[in-house]
Amino acid sequence: MAIVYQKSKGLTDKELHYCPGCNHGIIHKLVAEVMEELGILDNTIGVCPVGCSVFAYNYFNCDMQEAAHGRAPAVATGIKRTHPDAPVFTYQGDGDLASIGTAEIVHAAMRGEKITTIFVNNAIYGMTGGQMAPTTLIGQKATTCPLGRTREQAGMPIRMSEMLATLDGCVYAERVCVTDIPHLNKAKAAIKKAFQKQLAGEGFTFVEVLSTCPTNWGMTPLKSVQWLKDNMIPYYPLGCIKDTDAEPKTEAN
Amino acid sequence: MEKELWKGNEAIAEAAIRAGCDCFFGYPITPQSEVPEYLSLHMPEHGKVFVQAESEVAAINMVYGAAGAGMRAMTSSSSPGISLKQEGITYIAGAELPCVIVNCMRGGPGLGTIQPAQGDYYQATRGGGNGDYRTVVLAPSNVQEAVDFMQEAFDIADQYRNPVVLLADGLIGQMMEPIVWHDVPKRKLPPKDWATTGRRGRAHTNVINSLYIDPDECDRHNMHLEEKYAEIQKNEVRFECRACDDAELILTAYGTPARIAITAIETLREAGIRAGLFRPITLWPFPEKALHELAGSDHVKAVLDVEMSSSGQMLDDVRLGVEGQKPISFLGHAGGAIPTVEEIVEAAQKALKEAK
Repeated sequence: MAIVYQKSKGLTDKELHYCPGCNHGIIHKLVAEVMEELGILDNTIGVCPVGCSVFAYNYFNCDMQEAAHGRAPAVATGIKRTHPDAPVFTYQGDGDLASIGTAEIVHAAMRGEKITTIFVNNAIYGMTGGQMAPTTLIGQKATTCPLGRTREQAGMPIRMSEMLATLDGCVYAERVCVTDIPHLNKAKAAIKKAFQKQLAGEGFTFVEVLSTCPTNWGMTPLKSVQWLKDNMIPYYPLGCIKDTDAEPKTEAN
Repeated sequence: MEKELWKGNEAIAEAAIRAGCDCFFGYPITPQSEVPEYLSLHMPEHGKVFVQAESEVAAINMVYGAAGAGMRAMTSSSSPGISLKQEGITYIAGAELPCVIVNCMRGGPGLGTIQPAQGDYYQATRGGGNGDYRTVVLAPSNVQEAVDFMQEAFDIADQYRNPVVLLADGLIGQMMEPIVWHDVPKRKLPPKDWATTGRRGRAHTNVINSLYIDPDECDRHNMHLEEKYAEIQKNEVRFECRACDDAELILTAYGTPARIAITAIETLREAGIRAGLFRPITLWPFPEKALHELAGSDHVKAVLDVEMSSSGQMLDDVRLGVEGQKPISFLGHAGGAIPTVEEIVEAAQKALKEAK
């Protein structure tokens, strides 16, 4: 009998600790499948953050380092510069990457570090219990903006993919989501492309994955998916923001 | 061997290369900027890695990544920059990674001054970051020692999987002195089979981590660290006794003040006062027992601690070592002012007079 589906070798057998309806499990799976398909499980080194995916080192079946909050791109720089032949990725949430770790992610991208960053944006701090993130939408309630985020109090949410795409060292930035199979397939293709461009030595590659947080959003998993589509995608539009392959090559004078 | 004239910071940098440092991650700050400047040119010449980080925070986390991947990694900075590195240092200690951190101390608190000082003793010897941990702290008092300790620091770090701090002050970093390049004895080191190099055929994955969410597990991890620190305390204590055998007055000092204390001893002895110098070389582990024994000697009447610190920081360890056996006085300056020979002589005479 032909095997039509099986768990990726890129994942361990450890039981995931994520809440029901959380997208981390799906995103882990996609990253694991990409690593397996590219045949890089044996030499990849991953870096996980502080946040809900803090235990990701238990789930990815490759060497892993656990970084301090926000510092994953710096840790990954230390690894990649000394192991230029090894694929290196960071897996970070929005509190980690878009708040405390902004300096590290911006400068890793600026230097064109040959790493891949998977940025899971669920517009809230999950692990610490639903506080406002820099990505929390205007009007969205969180435990540190119980009446909803306001522009006057906290400014407008940050769009990391667009910001990083302005840097020459960033060769690929795409925003995806995993709310249904077509989107999930696109997300996997983006993650694969990011790793491939890293392996080709092109520069810094970035995939932002919009994700749900039913627990801290206070919704069922299904309602969360709908909320993501109705609220997050309009502010954080899906699609490729930067791909140096697709850009017309300008003639040097 | 021939003597060469080297500036402290550049000698420290060259010593790191000779010690087999694979990678340096740093950020400019006075008075240590010659370290990254030197390494930015010479590390690539040796096929080694140099990265100027966006901040001290990033630099120490690059060290974490590279050290976790099995490399001999290093960073350097000066006091305010070392404060920024504390987050990374506690993670490195928690994850048991070897690395070398150079602190070319300047005056504080805050921006303080760019002149030499010793106000970071507590920070270096008490951990500095959160949690129960220790770093090995080597305190050179001249450029030759800075070079010799630098070459050995990587071995100590690798042997115990622990950060090692070279605690110099701005004076040692900035001055030029003749040195000899010694062949420092190499230690027999354990293999880095824990490093995240990529599995490369290994059946299991390696993980670098300082998170132990289960309290019992975290307790066990801390106990394991404690056992390691006890081992370091047993094996690595270093100090120098100079003219202590008959001394009625013991000066305690490290780094630059210890150099001044040597002249002070000579001056005091010429004046008929039998003075000696007890100089801790490892500030952690502190040579507590040796100081205790010395202070207990009948010929010792008083102890005078001299530091480039206003309140005295090593003074706490001196008190713990002396344990009330003899009276202890203190002379200190901070913010770039350096105690003079005359001041030390005067304080020594006063200390002895009060003790009698």
